[in-house]
Formats: sequence, C-alpha cells, structure tokens
Amino acid sequence: MSTTTVAHHDEHADHPTGIMRWLTTTNHKDIGTMYLTFALIMFLVGGAMILGIRAELFQPGLQLMKPDFFNQLIGVHALVMIFAALMPAATGFANWMIPLQIGAPDMALPRLNNWGFWLLPPSAILLTLPFTLALFGIGDGALATGWTFYPPLSVQGGIGVDFAIFAVHLLGISSVLGSINIIVTLFNMRAPGMTLMKMPMFAWGWLITAFLLIATIPVLAGAVTMLLTDRHFGTHFFDAAGGGDPILFQHLFWFFGHPEVYILLLPVWGFIPQILQTFSRKPMYGYKAQVYAFWGIGALSVVVWAHHFFTAGLPVPALLYFMYSTMAISLPLAVLFFCWIKTMWKGSMSFETPMLFTVGWIILFGIGGLTGLVLADVAADAQYHNSYFVVAHFHYTLFAGGIMGIMAGVYYWLPKMTGHMYNEKLGKLHFWLTAISFNLTFIPQFFLGLAGMPRRIPDYALQFAEFNMISSIAAFVLGLSQLLFVYNVISTIRGGQKATDKVWEGAEGLEWTLPSPPPYHSFTEQPVVK
Amino acid sequence: MTTHSSNHYFVPHGAIYPVALSAGLLSLAAGFVFSVATDKNQDLAYLQTPGHWMMYIGAAIILLMIFKWFGAVVIESVTGQYHKWEDKSFRLGMIVFIASEIAFFAAFFGALFYMRIISVPDLAAFDPAFTPYKDFLGTWPSAGPGGVVLGTEYKPGTLNPMGAWGLPAVNTALLLSSGATITWAHWGLLKDNRKQLVLGLFLTVALGVAFLICQAFEYHEAYTEMGLTLRSGAYGATFFMLTGFHGFHVTLGTIMLIVILLRSMKGHFSSKSHFGFEGVAWYWHFVDVVWLGLFIFVYWL
Repeated sequence: MSTTTVAHHDEHADHPTGIMRWLTTTNHKDIGTMYLTFALIMFLVGGAMILGIRAELFQPGLQLMKPDFFNQLIGVHALVMIFAALMPAATGFANWMIPLQIGAPDMALPRLNNWGFWLLPPSAILLTLPFTLALFGIGDGALATGWTFYPPLSVQGGIGVDFAIFAVHLLGISSVLGSINIIVTLFNMRAPGMTLMKMPMFAWGWLITAFLLIATIPVLAGAVTMLLTDRHFGTHFFDAAGGGDPILFQHLFWFFGHPEVYILLLPVWGFIPQILQTFSRKPMYGYKAQVYAFWGIGALSVVVWAHHFFTAGLPVPALLYFMYSTMAISLPLAVLFFCWIKTMWKGSMSFETPMLFTVGWIILFGIGGLTGLVLADVAADAQYHNSYFVVAHFHYTLFAGGIMGIMAGVYYWLPKMTGHMYNEKLGKLHFWLTAISFNLTFIPQFFLGLAGMPRRIPDYALQFAEFNMISSIAAFVLGLSQLLFVYNVISTIRGGQKATDKVWEGAEGLEWTLPSPPPYHSFTEQPVVK
Repeated sequence: MTTHSSNHYFVPHGAIYPVALSAGLLSLAAGFVFSVATDKNQDLAYLQTPGHWMMYIGAAIILLMIFKWFGAVVIESVTGQYHKWEDKSFRLGMIVFIASEIAFFAAFFGALFYMRIISVPDLAAFDPAFTPYKDFLGTWPSAGPGGVVLGTEYKPGTLNPMGAWGLPAVNTALLLSSGATITWAHWGLLKDNRKQLVLGLFLTVALGVAFLICQAFEYHEAYTEMGLTLRSGAYGATFFMLTGFHGFHVTLGTIMLIVILLRSMKGHFSSKSHFGFEGVAWYWHFVDVVWLGLFIFVYWL
C-alpha cells in the first residue's frame, strides 16, 4: 500500500522487500493491510458460498446440490464470515488506526502482532481444505453441523468437524494474541496527556472487545476441545449415557457466542460516532455516556447467553432471567442510538459515501436491534426459533451492523491509508445498490420466518416460493454489487486524486495530523495531547 | 496517562519465526485430523501414516521456532534493547495472557459444575415409567447412568473415584512449597544474591518435577488398578481433562523454570530488570492456584 518506506530507525535500515517484507513484518500498517486484504478475500469466498445456497433456494425442490453439501456451505459460510471476514477486518483497522489515533510509534508487541495475522491463513486452509479433499474422494466434505457445532451431530460427523475444530483453535489463538496486543497498546502506548477518557471512541470500542475476547474465546476453545475428546477419546461431556448433556455444549458455546456478537459490533460502534461527528461538523454527543454504555453492554453480554436456546428445555426461572437480562441490553444500546442521532442533530451535514453508509447503518442496525428484542421474548421466541426470522434478524445486525459499518470505515479511512481519494460516484452507487438489495434480500426472510419456514433446510413448501425467489435475486444483486467495492478499493490503492492530510473538512483526531499516506514509521516522537 | 523515561520504543526487526510457527501448527493440526480419521470412517485408514509424519514435522518446527523466537528475545534483552517502557508492555501482556488461561480452565470447571449440579441429578429425576435407568441415583461422583440395560434390568456402571488424602494431598503440599521457594528465589534476586536465586529456582524445579512424577503414578494407578479412565463417564471426563490440562501447564511451567534457572546460572537478570523471571513466577503461581481449585472441587468435595 504505502510505497514510501523511509527508514527512520537504525534497526529498520535493512528491512526486507518483496514477499519477505510481508512474511516477517513487525510494522502495524503492514500487518493492518494484510488483515484487511485477507478479510476482503474471505468476504468474497464466504459470499460465493452463500450465493450457492441462494441459488439452491431459488425454487422449491432440490436443484443444484445434495442436502449434505448445502449444510456444509451454510456452516462454513458463517464461520468464514464471522472469523475470517468481520473479525480480521476489525483487527485490521485496529492495527492501522489505534497507533495513529493514540499517538503511538507502533503496536506494543510487534512480533506477536505478526503471528496473530499469520495464524489466519492456516485457519482458512483448515476450514476449506475438506471441500478440496472431498473432490479427491478423501472424506465427506466440510462440517455439516452449521457454525454452532451442536452435538450429537458434531460428535458423529466426519473429518470436516475435526478440521473446523482446529481452525477454531488457531483462530482463537489469533484473537487472544490480537487482544493482548491491543489491551497492552492502549494501556501502555498512549501519547503523554491522553488519558483513558480522552481516547477516541474506536479505541474504547476495541478495548471492551479485547476484554470480551480474553474472557470468552478460551471458553470456546475448551468447548471444542471437549467435542474433540468426545469424538476421539471416549469422554462423555455431551453424552447422557455418561452423565453428560448435549445442552452443556450449547451453554459453553453461547457463553462465547453471545459476547461474540458484541465483539463484532463494538469496534464498529467505535468508529460510527467518529464518522458522524466528521460529517456533521460538530463534536460527538455524549462521549462519556457512550463509554459507559460500552462497559454496560460488555458486562451484560456475558450473562445473557441462554436466549439462543430458549426452546431447548430450560427451567422457567432460567428462562425469565435470561429474557429480562437480554432485554436489559437494549437500555445501554438505546443510549448509543440517542447519542448517534443527537450527534447529527442540527449539524451541518454532508453525505459523502462514509456518511451515507453510517446513516444507512443506523437505520438498518436499528431494525436488527428491534427484531432482537422480539426474539428475546421467551413466549414469542417459541414461534421464531430456528426460523428464517432469526436469519433475517442476525443479518440485519451482522451484515448491516457489521459489514456495512466496516465499509463505512473503509471509505472513511482509505484516503488516509492510501493517500488517494476513492471514486465518490462509484462509492455512492455501491451504497445504494447494497442498501436496497440488502433489504430486498432479508425483508422477505422476516415474513418467511413468521410463516414458518425453517432455516438450514435446502427445500421448502410451495407457498414460500415467491418470497424465496425475490430474496435470491436480491442476494445476487447484493453479491455482485460488492465487486464495485472491490474495484473501487483497488483503483484507489493504485492511484487517483491526491488526498489532503486532513481528508475531511470536519475530521478530528491525531490520525488526521499525519500526512496521507502516513510515513512507514509514524509518531517516532510521541505528540503531547492537551 | 503513560509515564516512561525514554521517548524511544524498541520495535523489533521482522522475523520468520511467527509465520514458520503457524506453518508448524497447520501441519500438526492437519496431521492430527488425518491420524484419527479412521475413528469415524474406516476407509480413511491410509491417512494414518502420513498424518503421523505431518504431526512429527509440525511439532519439530514448532519446538525449533519457539526456541529461536525466545532466544532472539533473550539476546535482545541481555544486549540492553529493552527499557522500562518495553518492560511494562511485557508485564501487561503476561497478565492478560494469564487471564485468558483462567478463562480456559473456567470452561472445564463450568462443565464439572454443570454435570454435578444439573445433568447428572436430572438423569436420576425422570419418572420411572419413562426411563431405562430406574436405579440410577444421580449422586456425585458418577460415571453416568450408562451401565448395562437388559430388558427391564438395569445395572449402573461402577466407579472408583480418586481419594483426596493420598497422593493428591502430597501434590498440594509440593506445589504450595514450590510457590514459597520461587518467592524466596525472587527475594534473593532483589538482593542480588545469586546463590539464593539459583538455589531457590533449583528447589522449585525439583518440586515441580516431583509433582509430575506423583501425578504419573496417580494416573497409572487409576488406569491399571482402579479402572478409572477418560471413558468413565462424567467423573472420568472431568477428572482427567481438568487434571490433565493442569499437568500440561505444570510441564510447561517446569520447562520455563528450567530455562530461567539456566539463565540465572549464566548471570542473566538483575535486581532492576528481570521480567523473564517474574513472568515465569506469575505463571507458576497461576498453575498453583488452579491446582487448589482442582484439589477442592475435583478431589475433596
């Protein structure tokens, strides 16, 4: 990306070029670039998988694939999108932006940082290798359990499950290393004068994310390890004959899985208010309230996990507790929504692509949040559970709330990272195509779910045909319009109108005081923040 | 607010160790999957031998890279590249790493409590008309209702739990004393008393090795005489996974102790700068505390 590799430090005088630069780098910008590139590639891989699913669901009946392969595509799509697209994208921004935003010379533990990235390609290989092996007649393909690995299905499955277990292990190590690095960087590398309560929101979002990762990823590692020993070494963690319980896995998995939702969203909630204040040209509203809301959401997120399996047969007091605690999350979240809207209130707003994505994001993520509130109701959930309503809900939170938020960040910071302005017209076209086709894909799924169409099934009853057809066509438009994004990003990297240092008229923060693109080593002398 | 004397942070030069380490892990993981593939599919038996070789190669790469990586950091440390600011990063990093280890053990303790309090008693609480396990009592320790079901006859599985006051109590004493000896070694280091440092570390290593030997005896007895194995239902699974992962951590901790013992003998560390020592000491105390939890909830209560 940045071709100006001026060596400032004596120890960097001999830093390698070509492929070795990327394999061995300890530079936060290089590592951030690798994370973001990897995320973009895997986003396309995961997207291609789900287009296969939508093609199968275009009509009732089995057209293109066997049900087992359908199941494999669904599970690997989710794992790829969550672990190999969204999380690396957020980590890539953390690498690029946190040192620039807090005035640090680099991340605190640079070699660990490099390892954190280089664990990702092996994990991606482990996840997708079973597909390739199956082509050569080895094994029966990737895991067909859905991304949640529920036993007993996952205890019975073939080598695809084992590969996925180890992929999750490596991804987990990567996340823990990344979190260690970010926590240490935020506590130890801030510029003199930058107190915790002066940190940019993005840094705050990542700090809470890192705490959640440290608390929950090892629990997932433990859960899949139990799965591995149940599969191969005769333990009975999830087998009632030995006193175990398949529901135990659901508890362990969702103790990780629910905070994971906030792990994916908190970094985005970090840069959304920064983008809002830039394009509203007034300071963000309620900085302190937002920080406290982050803490509140982080704390609540680890005590609400069982709302993912209300129908599994929990005792009534547990159902009530998990219902009320889940609904309680909407209070700090409402604080955030209020602050976002109030930041725009009476501002002199302009709608460049990042702002378009952000405003669209607020509305669509709002729909995701409100439908979540419906699902949190135990009585209502009995109808919605395992239906397409759930699928639509979490795509409003994770595609709109996650991916579209990340895209807002890409358009916002790309000029800073590359030194070139992206193509504004193409960016706006990308936004409108994405927003419209996204809604056309998922609004029908709400109704399909309410009408009783179950998720993860390759065939469906005839009355669901029209809505599935609409959803499939829109999904292909959504998928293809992402190619515009890829084209825009690549052409921005390769050239284009020169970006100014500040890039945006209303931009605030240390990263905008550096040239665009910033030098290879920035803030070798720490700035003083007043 | 960060406070540091030097305005220069040491950003280490790039190295091939991390990416090679990842390649080793990939080989180890894929090799393991190939090695055990026959469990679920007999036709995949031909993958076993290549799987074993991939595991050996992967493990060799991992060990070599860990050795080289830590070696590089030790050299950077003794040549004076690290100062107060970098030292604080290492300390914070170690604390967060240990926190993640606590979360890992929490998963297995969580499984233990869930089985003891919820799943095992629930299996005994069914209406007798609807369960084959009529005589299952659901008390802990339990190997679960498994056993044999013949027509309407049901015989619960047998289980010999591990008592607390034999070898486990000895092991508790060993680990607690090792916590004391490493603190004594630390006092020696703070006074720049190298003799006390080396002796204290040597005693700690000896106690750690003694613990591991006792645990090996305990496992041997469980498997050969008591019939208590990983397959012994809820108790067997939680007992061996919890004590096994703990034993693995003691092994790692002992290796780390041996490394800092050798470094102390070579004259590394000073009363002012000794993160390497303290990181290992924290890790050792963490392993110690986990053992106390194990002793109370797995062996004793």
